[in-house]
Amino acid sequence: MDDISLQQQVLNALENKAPLRIASGGSKAFLGQHVTGTPVDLQTHTGIIEYDPRELVLTARSGTKLSEVEKALADAGQMLAFEPPHFGAGATLGGTISTGLSGPRRPYSGSARDFVLGCKMLNGRGEIASFGGQVMKNVAGYDVSRLLAGSHGTLGILLEISLKVLPIPASSITVSRECSQEDAIPIMNEFLSKPYPVDGACHDGERVHVRISGSEQAVKEARNKIPGEILPDAELFWHGLREQTLPFFNRPGTLYRIAVKPATRPLHLDGHWLLDWGGAQRWLYSEEDAATIRHQAGLAGGHVTAFRNGSNSTPLPPSLLALHRRLKASFDPEDIFNRGHLFATL
Amino acid sequence: MNPLISELKSLLPAESVLHDREDLRPFECDGLSVYRQLPMAVVLPGTVEEVQKVVRLCRAHNVPVVARGAGTGLSGGALPLENGVLLSLAKFKRIIDIDVENAMATVEPGVRNLAISEAAARFGLYYAPDPSSQIACTIGGNVAENSGGVHCLKYGLTVHNILMLKIVTMEGELLTIGSQTLDTPGYDLLALMTGSEGLLGIIVEVTVKLLPKPERAQVVLAAFDDVARAGEAVGAIISAGIIPAGLEMMDRLAIQAAEDFAHAGYPRDAEAILLCELDGTHAEVSEYIMEVRKILTDNGATEVRTAKDEAERQLFWKGRKSAFPAVGRISPDYYCMDGTIPRSQLPRVLRQISDWSAEYGLPVANVFHAGDGNLHPLILFDGNKPGELERTEEFGSRILDLCVEVGGTITGEHGVGVEKIDQMCTQFKGPELNQFHAIKAAFDPSGLLNPGKAVPTLHRCAEFGAMHVHHGRLPHAGLERF
Repeated sequence: MDDISLQQQVLNALENKAPLRIASGGSKAFLGQHVTGTPVDLQTHTGIIEYDPRELVLTARSGTKLSEVEKALADAGQMLAFEPPHFGAGATLGGTISTGLSGPRRPYSGSARDFVLGCKMLNGRGEIASFGGQVMKNVAGYDVSRLLAGSHGTLGILLEISLKVLPIPASSITVSRECSQEDAIPIMNEFLSKPYPVDGACHDGERVHVRISGSEQAVKEARNKIPGEILPDAELFWHGLREQTLPFFNRPGTLYRIAVKPATRPLHLDGHWLLDWGGAQRWLYSEEDAATIRHQAGLAGGHVTAFRNGSNSTPLPPSLLALHRRLKASFDPEDIFNRGHLFATL
Repeated sequence: MNPLISELKSLLPAESVLHDREDLRPFECDGLSVYRQLPMAVVLPGTVEEVQKVVRLCRAHNVPVVARGAGTGLSGGALPLENGVLLSLAKFKRIIDIDVENAMATVEPGVRNLAISEAAARFGLYYAPDPSSQIACTIGGNVAENSGGVHCLKYGLTVHNILMLKIVTMEGELLTIGSQTLDTPGYDLLALMTGSEGLLGIIVEVTVKLLPKPERAQVVLAAFDDVARAGEAVGAIISAGIIPAGLEMMDRLAIQAAEDFAHAGYPRDAEAILLCELDGTHAEVSEYIMEVRKILTDNGATEVRTAKDEAERQLFWKGRKSAFPAVGRISPDYYCMDGTIPRSQLPRVLRQISDWSAEYGLPVANVFHAGDGNLHPLILFDGNKPGELERTEEFGSRILDLCVEVGGTITGEHGVGVEKIDQMCTQFKGPELNQFHAIKAAFDPSGLLNPGKAVPTLHRCAEFGAMHVHHGRLPHAGLERF
């Protein structure tokens, strides 16, 4: 599907005042509020448009499979440094940026939005517009392309995305040791304020795992300073963490995502915990009611998302919600894109 | 006395409201001093409540407000408006908290960039973005401009290094944008606020991310007898999977000026030098230094030198960081451009600049953040010669058009302000500009925050376009013209 046919679809929707549901591989359809509307399928809007490893920039159409992008990068020894979760074979680049999710490397290398350099989009007036660009430094105009990251398709249809990419570290090992959640937090925390080449730290309920990556020498040197055993099949472990296929995630009930400051002590909530992002992102299966979970997270200055099998997330304060509504209307005045997807009240 | 000024005086302590001509004079310009304007009044509120009172009053009187930090900006973003109030954040100088465990600092907007790193140093932490003006510039201004520095390629811009902002809107509302966690429900307003040049809200508090100071930093200096070859060496370093902490290039004129000024030991006869800084753990840096030295030699460097100690490393950088004042010494005036280009386009762009330099009879010294493609051509001119400033501006504007043409941007880190407002019409078309205005209206419906900066009106672009018809094609053809 080309830009012009997509534009025509938006113009038709505007004329008929019929809302659209932006869909692609469907791998992350479980996120956010349920959306109704005529589907806009981006699965055929594909292709890497430009990629020169020397420039550290890749530009691709939004429907391009995430796996295809990662393959092209890996062939040149590079990667998406925010380690995006796929959550299914259908994952596309557009869905990755629209949902703005990042994997275990996030605290150490940056988030999905941090790597966005520019985009071409289709707004709710049926106009095609380009923001940002293909260069690292660019302060011309408001940073719309980063705003679109994590906006879940509520502001427009992403057509093309340019991302900064980085080299794959030459070497990587994972050191693991048994400890309680309480003890794991300060261990993981140290890597934020000490110059270790760490790019992953989590506690899976029983053990703390620390991933060390960098040059051969740097990894060797750091390994001697960080106690624990070498984790075999480390790549499989981090993949399972990122994709939520570890046994921990094989539980019924709502999976809550709690974002807090990384050094936050264990929250007083019963349930099954897994701490990622060095303690800044905490996964919880709990029988406690959603309001209690929100309250406890709120006391620690954090916020909660019902990530799977639930819909009870931390709401926006009224003044910010009003600003969100005005902003949404500035892109999509007729509210045709993914209506109510981010917040039912938006 | 203007009724607004008397009302301001009733809201703030007497010394916080300035309106005599001589008191206003220090605020007439920012770092881009070719543009000057006295405001109606300058206010220096000391608390968030006072900021709110001032904007509410201005809102009620329909008077525009321009926020100002240290005034070191290079694009006229803090240029006062004749009929407006200039709101200085100079009194907001408190470091509120350094949270070592969570590696973050919460500061008031008037805190200087370098002061944050100085305060964090005893914990082994620092704030990464380091614009050349970091001794003087303030964090509020850094956020407003999305400031960069020489370490952007590895450590990112301001937008990558802040977590939370408190802003006051033109309605006087206090909003918290972002949070102290790694993400926040809703839209990424933090990205939108960063680099918004004071058009969306007034920043009254900033929480920044702190990083552990690397164990070691080391710099390699390489000389080349050809600028293009130096450019290729940059690509080769990056292709080898190395991300230097800093990667800077200077051309002959810049090298000579910097050397005369700072005595950094630069080779005066080189056509270009590269400064490549590697940081990390001891072992990692040693490993990378060896690799980088080899790559530079393989790519035709005529000389490769590793700083022998920390003092020499500092000296290598001193030369680079003093390049602007150094050029200032060899010419009555200079005009600093700030385009970004894809790195591969460097030879083409430098060749064209050199041709134009001959055509205009205006020398150009080039200083280049080579790692991230941010080019600072410094055009040397004499403002006292009639017409020379105008010719310089025309030359500069052609350079920026060229940056856009090769796939880059008109401003990498200095911002649009008043300076590059017309070039915005080259980079963006109607739908983008309309979207920018719509975003502005969502934050600031009255349009009173720093109006006339950063985003041109479509009519302005139509007029500008009429003067700059490219290939006989009129941009914004559908618009009415006058």
